[in-house]
Amino acid sequence: MVNVFIERENKNVNVKAKTAKQIMKILNINPETVLIVKNNELILAEDLLKDDDELRLLSVISGG
Amino acid sequence: MPCKNCLQKPVIKLTNSNIQLCKQHFIKYFEKKVLNTISNYKLIEKGDRIGVAISGGKDSLTVLNILNLLKNKTKKFEIEAIAIDEGIKGYRDKTLENAKKFCKDNNIKLHIFSYKDEFGDTLDNFLKKVNMKACSICGPFRRYLLNKKSKELGFNKLATGHNLDDEAQTIIMNYFRRNIETSARLGPLTGIVNDKRFIRRIKPLYFMTQKEAATYAFLKNLSVEFNECPYSNESYRGDVMKMLNNFEAKYPGTKNSIITSFLEILPLLHKHYKNYTPINNCKICNEPCSQEICQTCKIVESFKKVKKD
Repeated sequence: MVNVFIERENKNVNVKAKTAKQIMKILNINPETVLIVKNNELILAEDLLKDDDELRLLSVISGG
Repeated sequence: MPCKNCLQKPVIKLTNSNIQLCKQHFIKYFEKKVLNTISNYKLIEKGDRIGVAISGGKDSLTVLNILNLLKNKTKKFEIEAIAIDEGIKGYRDKTLENAKKFCKDNNIKLHIFSYKDEFGDTLDNFLKKVNMKACSICGPFRRYLLNKKSKELGFNKLATGHNLDDEAQTIIMNYFRRNIETSARLGPLTGIVNDKRFIRRIKPLYFMTQKEAATYAFLKNLSVEFNECPYSNESYRGDVMKMLNNFEAKYPGTKNSIITSFLEILPLLHKHYKNYTPINNCKICNEPCSQEICQTCKIVESFKKVKKD
């Protein structure tokens, strides 16, 4: 399971997936709207993840 | 697959292409593209005194950071920052702290003007008293203050953090609302004609997507806190943004096509609307507007009426 923090909703969820791309599909998050951060570094949606990885999905939206 | 230019691990895959870039090459790509926009559209000229409108969010601090680097390198123009405090608790107070810190660290003069001082109360409180959408008050108030205060501070241009996503949304909103004349004033350098009553705005991030701007801000440590206006969900813009993001995910390149198509017809819009609506001076505040009384004064007057009732 990958632990995912969704910044826009300020919540953590556990998701079984191999990539952030799969996670975003499962959580119905548009890839256009987030940056994917692992260990404080940006990663690509296709990068392979391991069990117990911690991801942060940061909102790209500024202001409003 | 490594970065397109070296063997480092990529941090971003550019929209609508298979190009992947590492941190160092993405920052280089981003800054070069912004500088090209400034140069191709002649956004900055020697001797300019530019106000940079900042909120303390990612996009505006990105613009301020790049213009500050350029100013220090060329020494050909001046910049100062200007911020508007609408009075949105838990949002603007936080982003303004970011803004103050950035300006202090980089030795940039910052001017802050608030709705409370200028219009008598905070946006949060106005919304408790009147039945209006936040953006219907905030849009006119913010534009009004930025223009008026920029003139008072002697700026001849105002730089904003508007990016490709923002502009694509505005173009579509104007189409949907049959508001093409407003679109004629868009573009990397706003306005149709030079009129001293209006400070022309420049948008150095015009060709950068929201995601690219956020990536740059993250890599440059400019702003890491979540900062979306709490009222943005109730706006028409919010709906258009969702629609365009869904389209972009399904049909990559959509937003870029909206911008490039628009820039093709913009010279024709300028020609068509050049003498279309005369610019008056508001009978109450003397600021420029298209009608007898400006939108800001109309709103302020309606607030006074609510108070009396």
